[in-house]
Amino acid sequence: MLSLHIPTLSATLLKLSPSSNSRTKTQRRHAAHFTFQPDPVPTQYGPTQKMNLFQSVTSALDNTLASDPTAVIFGEDVAFGGVFRCTVGLRDKYGKDRVFNTPLCEQGIVGFGIGAAVAGATAIAEIQFADYIYPAFDQIVNEAAKYRYRSGNLFDCGNLTIRAPWGCVGHGSLYHSQSPEAFFAHCPGIKVVIPRSPVQAKGLLLACIADQNPCIFFEPKILYRAAVEQVPVEPYTIPLSQAEILQEGSDVTLVAWGTQIHVMREVANMAQEKLGVSCELIDLQTILPWDTETVCKSVVKTGRLLISHEAPITGGFAAEISSTVQEECFLNLEAPISRVCGYDTPFPHIFEPFYIPDKWKCFEAIKKMINY
Amino acid sequence: MKNMLTIISNALCRITGRNVGAQTVSELLIDLSEYVNVTSPPAVPALAQTQAQTQRQPPKPPPVSTRAPAAQLVSAQADQLDTPGTRAVVSRSFADFTSQATFDIKKCDVHRLEEGPPLKAELTREQGLRYYRIMQTVRRMELKADQLYKQKIIRGFCHLYDGQEACAVGIEAAINPSDHLITAYRAHGYTYTRGIAVKEILAELTGRRGGVAKGKGGSMHMYAPHFYGGNGIVGAQVPLGAGIALACQYQGNNQVCVALYGDGAANQGQLFESFNMAALWKLPCIFTCENNQYGMGTSVERASASTDYYKRGDFIPGIRVDGMDVLCVREAFKFAAEHCRSGKGPIVMELKTYRYHGHSMSDPGVSYRTREEIQEVRSKSDPITMLKERMLSNNMASVEEFKEIDIAIRKEVEEAAQYATSDPEPPLEELCNHIFSNDSPLEVRGTNPWARLKSVS
Repeated sequence: MLSLHIPTLSATLLKLSPSSNSRTKTQRRHAAHFTFQPDPVPTQYGPTQKMNLFQSVTSALDNTLASDPTAVIFGEDVAFGGVFRCTVGLRDKYGKDRVFNTPLCEQGIVGFGIGAAVAGATAIAEIQFADYIYPAFDQIVNEAAKYRYRSGNLFDCGNLTIRAPWGCVGHGSLYHSQSPEAFFAHCPGIKVVIPRSPVQAKGLLLACIADQNPCIFFEPKILYRAAVEQVPVEPYTIPLSQAEILQEGSDVTLVAWGTQIHVMREVANMAQEKLGVSCELIDLQTILPWDTETVCKSVVKTGRLLISHEAPITGGFAAEISSTVQEECFLNLEAPISRVCGYDTPFPHIFEPFYIPDKWKCFEAIKKMINY
Repeated sequence: MKNMLTIISNALCRITGRNVGAQTVSELLIDLSEYVNVTSPPAVPALAQTQAQTQRQPPKPPPVSTRAPAAQLVSAQADQLDTPGTRAVVSRSFADFTSQATFDIKKCDVHRLEEGPPLKAELTREQGLRYYRIMQTVRRMELKADQLYKQKIIRGFCHLYDGQEACAVGIEAAINPSDHLITAYRAHGYTYTRGIAVKEILAELTGRRGGVAKGKGGSMHMYAPHFYGGNGIVGAQVPLGAGIALACQYQGNNQVCVALYGDGAANQGQLFESFNMAALWKLPCIFTCENNQYGMGTSVERASASTDYYKRGDFIPGIRVDGMDVLCVREAFKFAAEHCRSGKGPIVMELKTYRYHGHSMSDPGVSYRTREEIQEVRSKSDPITMLKERMLSNNMASVEEFKEIDIAIRKEVEEAAQYATSDPEPPLEELCNHIFSNDSPLEVRGTNPWARLKSVS
């Protein structure tokens, strides 16, 4: 008897057939592992406008190009607006000598950016995906990070900012989902910054551009459209190397950055409802140099720490936080520091839902810590 | 209701060429004869098959899971004529067709070479039908992947190869199955020509366990014996290709390596590093730039200071080839392979070709080029049409034969798609397998200290 489970036939036939679970299967795979939770509207920076993450980045770049005549933006496909629409309209507004495309050469892009920055231009380079930043790794680590140090402060490339889309996106698989912040955290001389929302993104990006050190700004690509907030139109900066306490609590400290903050927000709610545990949620924001004081003060108060990120667990940035906290707060710890991170595998294609540290895994970790 | 549904679904299966239970064949043929070009009554399918077999002796289809070394795809391919529901074959004897013809092909521009590939190519009837079949299979497979992607059955990234079939088929016709090939992410065509069945390719795209890489790689990471992928990072495969060529030279096995890249990757630094090493050590490497005029959305004029990609090797000889003509590609690569095998060192090829789809499925492909341009290429230089017309005008095959091949291919692709959608996904244990090479299973640290999986290799 011919089976009626035939996904390749037309939709009408699918609707007629009694049971067709292929549709629900694909629908399930579309559910994101988090819900974006917007922050309250900031009032101290002036009038605001509804923007999503990529629009807030465009706004920041727009402000920069307007106020700084030496600012240039370059990268692959930035001229028409960029593959994530972060630079839409800028070329028309500011000219093709200030917003221009480069050929396909990451090492060349960053090297070129370093040179431009050293000579005095505010260089904002875009790497199309953080996964492609590795050909430029040598330039960043060996040239950009060490320029000031090796020249005894005669030269520096502080005017350089590198932007790259970062993190899992649901279907990115090996080369469109990576979170390489840990590789760069190991390199003194550069700053690594990751925002969690449009308001944060604009403020932090402007801070990076203004900062007199080469900065790498990772933008969570899954939030480009999903994150919508009221963002101030005027330029404003959010200080770097200052972690933000999003929620006060007394039992467990949760530390995360980027997309994972929204997962942790849900985890904090779940812990409150189901376990009666009060969580203190900290957004690290700047990975390097990171705000040790805020995190340690919080752990002294709560005695428990959970750090979570998408990157693989071994050598991930949670390891650095964990090690520092146990040095500073050893006697205050009630339970071992818990890290809920990705598996030690390449970022998988079909296994992504199993790989990412979702709210259930974090919740489980909290339960274990509470019952230690 | 159910009966009506059965008839409707059977009918649609028939149109799309899917394999149906044998008892409904005659019923279908009667019902749907207006859709199908039946030339003999359904009562004698067996006779028709015998006729088909004497005419063309279709060899066995290439083995699927045993992965035989580059299963003679170019030299033999199944016609799938021996399945129920096949229509009768036109009865025209061999004597009606020209068995071989010589065609004039375009002169290739050369760089640092006294002479280039020949200006004439010989094509036998058998070869012509074979090339047609393989190109048409790649075309249909890519269009099916497009369809499945739009139905969200394939997710992630999918870079389609339609329009560029002549490159893959021409190269495969010129080299041996024991030669090596490595390319970038637009790899489905090469995966097929290097010997992997359509259903394994589609199953890999849908991420199932029957896929080429067990569903763990996806579109950009498909492999086969002597085919090293399928590489996501642009330009990264070219130094690898040079290394493979070094291994060939070192082992003295007279094999060559074809290292492919695109016009966008032609500006990557690592390519020039590879050129230098290959020339210095005279490696048997055929560096091939598949120039489809656009690097994602950037046209070659806007990305490259010099668009003569065949000259980019500077001190390495180069040839520019019409990549839409399968015979031109074949002759050029025969020439190039001979050049490398004789120890003269590497050579740079540029195939001027075109892709009909956008860069990937998320690119409509019309924001940086006009629909008229795409239409023009499709009507004037489509590789499959060109070959078909050549053969028809030289009386090397008949229109009906081509139609039959088309129907058989449609069916094969349809079945492959069915397999790809129904095969189960890989088990969770596969998540951690094959990270390292280890004798005993290795424990993989998981998302928290209490989650551990084993990695088996």
